[in-house]
Amino acid sequence: MPQAVCTPRREAPGESAVAVELRDVNKWFGSFHALKNINLSVPRGQRVVICGPSGSGKSTMIRCINHLEDHQSGEIIVNGKPVAQDLRKIDEVRSNVGMVFQHFNLFPHLTVLENCMLAPVWVRKMPRMAAEELARHYLDRVRIAEKAASYPGQLSGGQQQRAAIARALCMNPKIMLFDEPTSALDPEMVKEVLDTMVSLAGEGMTMLCVTHEMGFAREVADRVVFMDRGEIVEANTPHEFFANSRSERARQFLAQILT
Amino acid sequence: MTDQSLHPPIVNLALMPAMAPPADVRPGPVTWIKRNLFSTPFSAALTICFVLLAVWLLHQFLSFAILKAVWSGGREACSANPEGACWPFIAEKFDYLRYGAYPISERWRVDLTQAIGTILIVWLLWTKAPRRKLAAMLFFVFYPIAAFVLLRGVALLHLPVIDTTLWGGLLITLLMSIVGIVFSLPLGVILALGRRSDLPMVKAVCVTFIEVVRGVPFITVLFMANFMMPLFVPDYLTPDRLLRPLIAIALFSSAYMAEVVRAGLQAIPKGQYEAAKALGISYFDMMRLIVLPQALTIVIPSIVSTFIGLFKDTTLVAIVGIADFLKAIETARVDPSWAGPTISSTGYLFAGLVYWGFCFGMSRYSQSMERQLVRGHKS
Ligand SMILES: Nc1ncnc2c1ncn2[C@@H]1O[C@H](COP(=O)(O)OP(=O)(O)O)[C@@H](O)[C@H]1O
Ligand SMILES: [Mg+2]
Repeated sequence: MPQAVCTPRREAPGESAVAVELRDVNKWFGSFHALKNINLSVPRGQRVVICGPSGSGKSTMIRCINHLEDHQSGEIIVNGKPVAQDLRKIDEVRSNVGMVFQHFNLFPHLTVLENCMLAPVWVRKMPRMAAEELARHYLDRVRIAEKAASYPGQLSGGQQQRAAIARALCMNPKIMLFDEPTSALDPEMVKEVLDTMVSLAGEGMTMLCVTHEMGFAREVADRVVFMDRGEIVEANTPHEFFANSRSERARQFLAQILT
Repeated sequence: MTDQSLHPPIVNLALMPAMAPPADVRPGPVTWIKRNLFSTPFSAALTICFVLLAVWLLHQFLSFAILKAVWSGGREACSANPEGACWPFIAEKFDYLRYGAYPISERWRVDLTQAIGTILIVWLLWTKAPRRKLAAMLFFVFYPIAAFVLLRGVALLHLPVIDTTLWGGLLITLLMSIVGIVFSLPLGVILALGRRSDLPMVKAVCVTFIEVVRGVPFITVLFMANFMMPLFVPDYLTPDRLLRPLIAIALFSSAYMAEVVRAGLQAIPKGQYEAAKALGISYFDMMRLIVLPQALTIVIPSIVSTFIGLFKDTTLVAIVGIADFLKAIETARVDPSWAGPTISSTGYLFAGLVYWGFCFGMSRYSQSMERQLVRGHKS
């Protein structure tokens, strides 16, 4: 088993202590102001949960971090490198930032194992044998080793999402982004995915996670960021945020989702 | 009180056992026939009419093509029989239909080329065959060179050069189709990707090409390739008379192919692109490994339809003086030494059977391909 990949990441020299930094980021869709002056700094190893009403810009914000959306002003710095227009640099940033989507987005024409091996082989130029070993290691970690040869269409939603997490982990990312990873799942499958994420958090992975699972936020988040209408309204420790949120908007939101 | 009596609580403790379906819904041939062919008097009448029609047509066909046909003997036997096909005519003209005026002593070169081609194509299309990558390499790189050397000839290798004016028959039809098929798919993919490109110039060029070519009949494209290309290109660069329609057919089908491929690309959800990009996969690899395999699979039926259309369109090259298979039939048919009542019908019947055989083969192959792929990645 590749030992190096399972040990918690220690800070390498020259690696910045801040994993993700957004400075005065603004984003417009046409003339619609989707992100308003976003400032957020996530130190290495921190787990941030982002919540807020639908349409508040949560997805847009985390999609800007790996440049699935472009921002019009401000700076986004990931692992010490600015996310700029240059395509080659963007691919480099992306290959170090894992992303998990609401709808899994597995590649349906490839087996689970091939899904996991694809990026290591073609982006990291890893030999197939090594990539397969790596993929099997992570499939085992998310507990679907026995599904390696299945196609995504043959898996349940929870299994697909765990496969998607394994696929992202195979790139050995320094940061993981989750965009509502459990919202498309049937209730009985939410837990298996959350458990996977909790164990990932336990290993010191830097995580930015858009979710409405407040239990998860309480258990693993170092910080909860509450967004509304394109701005960050409140960012605080989970305890403070849930016990005494200072803004009216956050209190209303919490009242709605906690009942 | 009243509520209780209207809606008594339901409590069901015993598990209901599964039962066999009643006889009239049990699946089976008799049930199927009853339900689908004789469900109402009208449907029964229709069924009987169509069965009778089919039997009559089949009988007509068989009696002309087989039962009353002339199988042996010569011209006299044929001219005496106005009721059935004249197969000795096809037998005598068979070589001409295959090779045209290609010199008889050199026809082994055509046979060899076609044999190699058949082996490579079967190897390539047979999904369970080993080392299909090698087959693809041989077919797309080695084979065109080998075919050129063999068919046209290279004096240095003691293969006399055979002028393309002598080529004809099925040789031309197959050559046109295979070159058209092999070039139109990749060109179509490039055009389709170009049409969806973010770069305005690339997009404009691709859209213009596709729309111009699709807006013009194939015959026009053939004429343009044949008569106008020499006007624009200096003499020593003017392509061979056979090459001109080849280029025309490849370009013409690629415009149609582009639209087919575009339909496939549109069916791929945005999430697939996003997942690929999020992994750091480059545009080229994303298209090659993720988007195109899925997009092309979806449109296999349309791709094969385009191939079939292309195969049949090759008959139009006769208009610019190329003696393809159908043209060879035409020439053979009017041979005065074979004047008989059924010579023409026999010729056209044979042509129809040959074209149908190839097209039906392509169609069946694509269907089996689809089934395999569906079995492959859906539960
Ligand atoms: N591609 C797009 N084009 C135009 N508007 C968009 C696009 N994507 C998102 N938006 C708008 O931006 C806002 C924020 O969207 P999003 O980040 O998806 O919200 P959230 O994830 O918080 O529900 C919404 O009002 C949405 O309508
Ligand atoms: Mg969202």
